[in-house]
Amino acid sequence: MIRIPFTIIGMYLSMVVFSQTKPADSLYKSKKLKLDEVNFVSGYYHQDGNNSAVTGGIGTEKLTDFANTIELKLSKYDKKFRKHDLSFEVGVDHYTSASSDKIDPHTISSASMSDTRFYPSTAWSIQNEKKGRTIGVNASFSKEFDYTSIGLGTSFTKTSKNHNTEFTGKLQAYFDTWKVIYPVELRTGGGFRGEGDSYPSSPRDSYSTSLSVSQVINKRLQILLLAEPTYQTGLLATKYQRVYFKDGCVQAENLPGKRYKIPVGLRANYFIGDRFVIRSFYRYYTDNWGVKAHTIDLEMPIKITPFVSVSPFYRFYKQIAADYFAPYGQHAASENYFTSDYDLSKFNSNFFGAGLSLAPPNGLFGMKNWNSLELRYGHYNRSNGLHSDILSLHLKFK
Amino acid sequence: MQKKRSATKIITAILVIVITMGSCQTVKEYQKQHLNDAEMQLSSRKVQKFETSFQSYREAASGANGGKTGGGCGCN
Repeated sequence: MIRIPFTIIGMYLSMVVFSQTKPADSLYKSKKLKLDEVNFVSGYYHQDGNNSAVTGGIGTEKLTDFANTIELKLSKYDKKFRKHDLSFEVGVDHYTSASSDKIDPHTISSASMSDTRFYPSTAWSIQNEKKGRTIGVNASFSKEFDYTSIGLGTSFTKTSKNHNTEFTGKLQAYFDTWKVIYPVELRTGGGFRGEGDSYPSSPRDSYSTSLSVSQVINKRLQILLLAEPTYQTGLLATKYQRVYFKDGCVQAENLPGKRYKIPVGLRANYFIGDRFVIRSFYRYYTDNWGVKAHTIDLEMPIKITPFVSVSPFYRFYKQIAADYFAPYGQHAASENYFTSDYDLSKFNSNFFGAGLSLAPPNGLFGMKNWNSLELRYGHYNRSNGLHSDILSLHLKFK
Repeated sequence: MQKKRSATKIITAILVIVITMGSCQTVKEYQKQHLNDAEMQLSSRKVQKFETSFQSYREAASGANGGKTGGGCGCN
């Protein structure tokens, strides 16, 4: 378990690194790779509720997650004056989950009572500023006890000559592998006993295309339209989640092996006067499991000074249940697909809170390279009783 | 009937967007002091990274918001 947050280590490293760099001349385009930016993001999340899917839609959903990422951004110009941007990110999440402990309540420490996820990633892009074109590639890896993921992606961006319109296309694929873990009473030999690495594995692949157009409408308004169709195949059910039927029998969750998702989003940001900004987002989502959802997100940053802002926000979300969802003891034995996971049920949710952003021109607390600090708190509640709190911190060094 | 209503909503939304985009002004670089403000970025903030993650775990919908639409962890 990692006890020293990345944030603290990273702050120290970035102070050492940046204290040795010289300010760049704006007209000079460096052909040497230089460190542009270091970002640290930390988050603490806590939730509670009474609809755990591991115990068939009843029981505690208490969970805490502590997440940290560090990102390094570097750049250089090549002989053709094209800009190369490189980024490296490493993340570590540590969580504890009361419901996961019920997969096998007889063990002292079950498979997923607590776990740590480690996820490095990298991205490289080449920007031709004259032609307004950027191409990029990215790769990622993620590892936790029962789940391994390899991600690959590519992107293309074209900016109009007047820099008022931008089109971006992305292709992304994840090749994931699950360890198939059943609830203890449903393990029936053949490697399902669950000792050490004896779990069988199953693949899950995800392919997505992202198409977006951003447009400057006038001096104070800009919008972004985004569509991101996704196709998933493989093991999409979580096998350690129980489903209790009307006749009293219990089985592991079973869901179709294919899922098509179509989310379409619209962002619009508007600057009012000199102190207020309205950031808005709407998303419509539909998939072939019968889920339909609407998301509305509003945030209003208020500039107390040009370098200090407070941002209250509110998000409303509403979804229609998946065709395969039913609560505890409500599924019929004749059904092919079944789940009692309340994340797939019908509900509304509200998420609200505020953020504080500090970005003084001469750096924070007398440190020239400490560019900005953002602190954000949010409270989330769902109409079926689940509630959570999240506190996030972002530190940027330039 | 419901499909007809959904189609009407989608067509209305597309029309609103097309009309809005059609009324665009050409804004020169020196006129973009408001548009270039950090608060005006057309993406979610870095500090929202873990909010986007937990929402994709706790809700069936994901994507089109800068977060993942699937893969990468055993939760979506």
